Amino acid sequence: MIDVQDIHKSFGEAHILKGISTTFEKGKTNLIIGQSGSGKTVFLKCLLGLFEPEEGSIAYDGKLYSEHTDDEKRDLRQEMGMVFQGSALFDSMTVEGNVMFPLEMFTKQSKSEMKERVDAVLKRVNLIDAHHKFPSEISGGMQKRVAIARAIVMNPKYLFCDEPNSGLDPKTAILIDDLIKEITEEYDITTVINTHDMNSVMQIGEKIIFLKDGLLEWEGTKNEIFKTDNEAVTNFVYSSDLFKKVRQMYIQEQN
Amino acid sequence: MNYLASVGSYAIMIREVFKKPTKWRIMKSLIYKEIDELIFSSLGIIIFISFFIGAVVAIQTALNLTNPLIPRNLIGFATRQSVILEFAPTFVSIIMAGKVGSYITSSIGTMRVTEQIDALEVMGVNSLNYLVFPKIIAMLFYPFAIAISMYVGIFGGWMAGVFGGFLTSEDFVTGLQSDFVPFHITYAFVKTLIFAFVIATIPSFHGFYMKGGALEVGKASTTSFVWTSVVIIILNYILTQLLLG
Ligand SMILES: Nc1ncnc2c1ncn2[C@@H]1O[C@H](COP(=O)(O)OP(=O)(O)OP(=O)(O)O)[C@@H](O)[C@H]1O
Ligand SMILES: [Mg+2]
Repeated sequence: MIDVQDIHKSFGEAHILKGISTTFEKGKTNLIIGQSGSGKTVFLKCLLGLFEPEEGSIAYDGKLYSEHTDDEKRDLRQEMGMVFQGSALFDSMTVEGNVMFPLEMFTKQSKSEMKERVDAVLKRVNLIDAHHKFPSEISGGMQKRVAIARAIVMNPKYLFCDEPNSGLDPKTAILIDDLIKEITEEYDITTVINTHDMNSVMQIGEKIIFLKDGLLEWEGTKNEIFKTDNEAVTNFVYSSDLFKKVRQMYIQEQN
Repeated sequence: MNYLASVGSYAIMIREVFKKPTKWRIMKSLIYKEIDELIFSSLGIIIFISFFIGAVVAIQTALNLTNPLIPRNLIGFATRQSVILEFAPTFVSIIMAGKVGSYITSSIGTMRVTEQIDALEVMGVNSLNYLVFPKIIAMLFYPFAIAISMYVGIFGGWMAGVFGGFLTSEDFVTGLQSDFVPFHITYAFVKTLIFAFVIATIPSFHGFYMKGGALEVGKASTTSFVWTSVVIIILNYILTQLLLG
């Protein structure tokens, strides 16, 4: 569980996060939605410890980040997995090398133990014959799956995904979403996902927070998002004709 | 840009590079890779440039020797002095600031814009140590490349002098051996080592702290080349004053 209290983050004059408080529960897929530029990535990087908020606090399973010593912060980092917006695979390494990297860096496992673990996670993300390919030789969807494999190879307690299915076709996007949800439940991970994909919201939104202008404008579940009359949320969620129709049908059904 | 602030963050970067080292088993292979990338793959161009620079220096000296009282073996002497004191350590370093420097800036810069550096940080890796330290160590081998440059440069001078009909091989060798000051070699290699550090770290700095996208990676490489050369030229002046002045 991650508990966020009133965090603020600025870059020079630009006040990006203006006091956000929320909790992300264990074993659930938590979604952060909001317009491009609303601060989703900045928020996620605060959760990761890549940015340090000027104000407010973040607690991981009850322990405040500020109370961690440097060594503990490092240990905490190793319990986190991150899937970056552009996958961020190391392009000088093969798929296998990428996934093995955290193991080589931080464990004392033998080569064969590491290989076994890498095989297992790559199988988990349905990639079985790409071990020796380089990131530039595989498709975007495959890259995302490698990134997920790399993020979960150390059995993280916290998984963060920055728009894991942007730039993918709808079918692959759903596969990735489902994969993340399954892994979250299977290993009881606290998962936080940035997205502006409404399909993801409907598919895996167990908890959704909506950011607007650096503030938390709304939070709820995927069922609640259908019913809300918060204008900012409905404007954002139902900006496409397709979703407008879906909503109308839903409301008619309810009546 | 605020120059003073940049100098400050450069100093902080250097300190970070030596903190929290990466596992030796991994570091070792990174160092081998960088030696290959930074040193071995540069030898071709270093040899090519040195040969022709040495040759041109010999011809220029020969053409300027119009006074019959000055011995022809001065050509050998002049070639040796120019190549050892300036052309090999300084001129070649400027070329390397372009070749090696832009490779370093663009490879680190690309990792920055594609969030690979963030990925390292998230895992708890000291990314500066991981990326920059192996480059600094690899560049410790740079003086060997410069030694080769000195030999080849002098050889180029000999070829141009002898086969261009300016002097005999014996004269050239006599000139080569006259008034030899061993400290000049020390001076040249002290310079080379310092330039090696500059060539490894200034381009790393420009790549590591860059912002933006692919276009900015190109711009960062250019800026990094300009600054690396400027720093080399200034340090060359200061070191010459300190060591020989
Ligand atoms: N390192 C940084 N330095 C300065 N400003 C930044 C930095 N990172 C982000 N910002 C600014 O913060 C704001 C929010 O950016 P952020 O990347 O969080 O948006 P986002 O919600 O993730 O958008 P998208 O959906 O397009 O990814 C932007 O105005 C951006 O310019
Ligand atoms: Mg973003």
